[in-house]
Amino acid sequence: MEIILTVNKQSRKVEVRPAETLLDLLRRLGYKSVKYGCGEGACGACTVIMDGRPVNSCLILAVTVDGREVTTVEDLGTIQKPHLLQSAFVESGAVQCGFCTPGMIMAAKALLDRNPSPSEDEIKEALDGNLCRCTGYVQIIEAVRLAARRMKAEKKKN
Amino acid sequence: MNSNPSIIGTSPKRVDAREKVTGSARYGQDLRMDGMLFARVKHAEYPHARIRSIKTARAKRLKGVAAVVTAADIPGNPAFGAIIIDNQPIAGDKVRYLGDAVAVVAAETEAIAERAVDLIEVKYEELPGVFDPREALKPDAPRIHEKGNLIVHHKTRKGDVGVGFGEADRIIERSYSTQRVEHAYIETEVVVAYLDPDGTLVIKGSHQNLFNIRSAVAGVLGLPLSKVRIIQASLGGSFGGKDDCMAVLGCRAGLLSLKTARPIMLSNSREDSLVESYKRHPYFLDYKVGVKDDGTITAMEINIVADGGAYASMTQFVTWRSVVHATGPYRVPHVKTDIYGAYTNNTYTGAFRGFGSPQITFAYESLMDEIAGELGMDPLQFRLKNVLRDNDVTATGQKLDHTVSVGEALEVTTRAAGWDEKRKKFPEENAGRIMKRGIGLACSYRGVALGAEGVDATGAIVRIHSDGSVDLTTGLSEMGQGLKTIFSQIVAAELGLPIEKIQYRETDTSTITDGGPTVASRSTIIGGSAVRKAAIAAREKLGAAAAEKLGAPPAKIIASDEKIMVKGDPVRAVSFREAATMALDAGMNLSSFAWHVSPPIWWNEEEGRGDAYFTYVYGCQIAEVEVDPETGRVNVLEVWAAHDVGKAINPETVRGQICGGVATAIGYGLLEEVEMVDGVTKTMNLDEYLIPTAMDVGKIHAIILENEDKYGPYGAKCVAEPTAELCAAAIANAVCHATGKRIRDLPLNLERIVLGHKLVKKKRRVR
Ligand code: FES
Ligand code: FES
Repeated sequence: MEIILTVNKQSRKVEVRPAETLLDLLRRLGYKSVKYGCGEGACGACTVIMDGRPVNSCLILAVTVDGREVTTVEDLGTIQKPHLLQSAFVESGAVQCGFCTPGMIMAAKALLDRNPSPSEDEIKEALDGNLCRCTGYVQIIEAVRLAARRMKAEKKKN
Repeated sequence: MNSNPSIIGTSPKRVDAREKVTGSARYGQDLRMDGMLFARVKHAEYPHARIRSIKTARAKRLKGVAAVVTAADIPGNPAFGAIIIDNQPIAGDKVRYLGDAVAVVAAETEAIAERAVDLIEVKYEELPGVFDPREALKPDAPRIHEKGNLIVHHKTRKGDVGVGFGEADRIIERSYSTQRVEHAYIETEVVVAYLDPDGTLVIKGSHQNLFNIRSAVAGVLGLPLSKVRIIQASLGGSFGGKDDCMAVLGCRAGLLSLKTARPIMLSNSREDSLVESYKRHPYFLDYKVGVKDDGTITAMEINIVADGGAYASMTQFVTWRSVVHATGPYRVPHVKTDIYGAYTNNTYTGAFRGFGSPQITFAYESLMDEIAGELGMDPLQFRLKNVLRDNDVTATGQKLDHTVSVGEALEVTTRAAGWDEKRKKFPEENAGRIMKRGIGLACSYRGVALGAEGVDATGAIVRIHSDGSVDLTTGLSEMGQGLKTIFSQIVAAELGLPIEKIQYRETDTSTITDGGPTVASRSTIIGGSAVRKAAIAAREKLGAAAAEKLGAPPAKIIASDEKIMVKGDPVRAVSFREAATMALDAGMNLSSFAWHVSPPIWWNEEEGRGDAYFTYVYGCQIAEVEVDPETGRVNVLEVWAAHDVGKAINPETVRGQICGGVATAIGYGLLEEVEMVDGVTKTMNLDEYLIPTAMDVGKIHAIILENEDKYGPYGAKCVAEPTAELCAAAIANAVCHATGKRIRDLPLNLERIVLGHKLVKKKRRVR
């Protein structure tokens, strides 16, 4: 079946198989930041933003995303020009193995988009669906707070 | 010639973070190659059975199937193993657990491979299984391996426990048990195997210990070591877990690649990973302690049985670490410890962050609180009376000749947590509140690096290029712990360069000689020493080349601020790059290889004593919890964790290790268990195998203690594993403080606290 979806602001017309998940589709299209960790919605490694909301792409069938808009971490920034969230993760020591990181950053992005100054509890709640086995979450939470502060300051400047 | 190690003790940004936050880092599952086939495994259908026949013809005929292999296709040894050669990547005569493979398929797509697996018919003769290691050691138990079910028996002997118990005013006996847990790295295991045009078999993937995997693959596939090349992709967590099981994947995929001459991808689903990959050993521990009324410990007798599962893997070394440390960091004049590792038909067990210490720490630190309770002493005071101090002698008869800081760790941590006040105040306040508060502590000592397990040596190569940029290569691997950054910092410090000038080359067995595994928290102390030596050797060459021009003897020349200069006279300097060019023009070799071997140690296995490790680290963790007596829910509110790391080369990384280790231990204490019933895994994915989320981990206060060690680079020792061995015990003690209930079995899940027994989950379909 053919669908049209927008990935990272680019409209794409693609053939999808009936059982294919959005996770498989995105990875097939080359968005390798979206990771498989469980395939059951339990780990959050496959988190992307769809129409403004964080979703586990492993739980979504590709055939259902016709006309939707999807954002992956590839769209946020680059090594040369990272997004404030990305540099906050680097500076706060929030990255160890890095496997959870893209999903974690997308979950944090979705949170900050709707709540620019979250409390610590709100951050924890927003990240509850994203497992990290390396960091104990402490530096990840610090990174989100740092990014929130910087994003607010940036907004003020503009 | 000296360096300017100002970067040591600072926390520059991780050298591998930018590619990870942008999603450009490439992990095993991201690899794709032209003509690549996908492999799937036909697993055993019984936990213990003899294979009567395997029919693969129908699978082979399926369109899109390129090859189906069984044990009969293995050209080399049928099994591999780092200590005992018993692990069969594809089972031949017998299956010993449900993760065993009987056949492996390669096909154009994973779906076809999956279908082909279903077409393979295997006939078995089912054999009686044994699933409890204590049963396995009985004389009439079914034999899992030819030689019997005992994998290993280690002992420690010191003094005469008869005498010690005679001197005691009371004798306290307790039994504890710990559960099987999963590493739960978020990335599951994956390899891609392919043949280079020169015939070298390359296995790229999520490897922790590349040289172990190379030996296994070469042995099983009958290839010389030089024809097998193991390359590490970015690794999505390991914690000791991606060693033997990666060798298994490597052998299976490698065999298919040899058969088909095409690249093969073999990746485990989470379900495969939970069934197939090895876990942390469940332990059954019996302790008997003699103690005087004034709180002095006189003797300890300890008996432990460990469940090794179907294959030995690291059981011998894991249990050896346990036997050395089983008394805890206490002065005990008379000790008798025995530990047995047994085969069962459960998923096999091996290395997992802590390596035989989380189990014993849970037992002895619960026990210390129990004894203090019997004596009416404060748990802190009881420990302070008995802990090891400088120049004390351990349970294995080793005199400690470094700063023994367990007392310091206890004092610092309890002060930070407000111990005295909370121990008094919580029980009073609990009377009037619904949620019960408690605070508990645990402390430990831990031998650094491999110890008397075997040779402990590794190498590093530092290459300075003509433009002054630098390559660094070692045989050790980045797993997220920050090794690339720490090693780059050491080179930067010794060469007087900014860290950006150092390029850490990916780990690849074809670029450097076997420097052992990245385990036992040995990287900084052993690997860091090798890196430092290699950097110093390279620097000395630059100094010699520049000496004449600078008009000073080489001994007076230092490397700093990207310059080679005369010490105390920074005007007399050449740029680092210029010095490199001068040295190369003079025909000097600016590539240096250094090898570091650990200081001598010894162990007498017959007598159960020795100088087991060349140095030790010490730590203490305190947990403050809140227990809901209605539901049994335990919330960890705050954790204080103090660890003596010798010297923190990169304090942020150390903090990351402490917080991560604490979280893992919170999971071990409260949530995690790979449930198995008669060899069948019941927790099949991360919705059933629960690990801590951001909501489960309270505030963590990481406290870094630094007593520099003469054997470590800049005085550094280690941090990774000790952080994960304490918190389960601290939580158990805190729960007891809150509720008065002593729980002696892990995990301390809510059913145990409320109902006093464990709920059994509803039956799931047998795979
Ligand atoms: S892979 Fe989607 S939640 Fe784990
Ligand atoms: S950094 Fe490794 S899982 Fe989060």
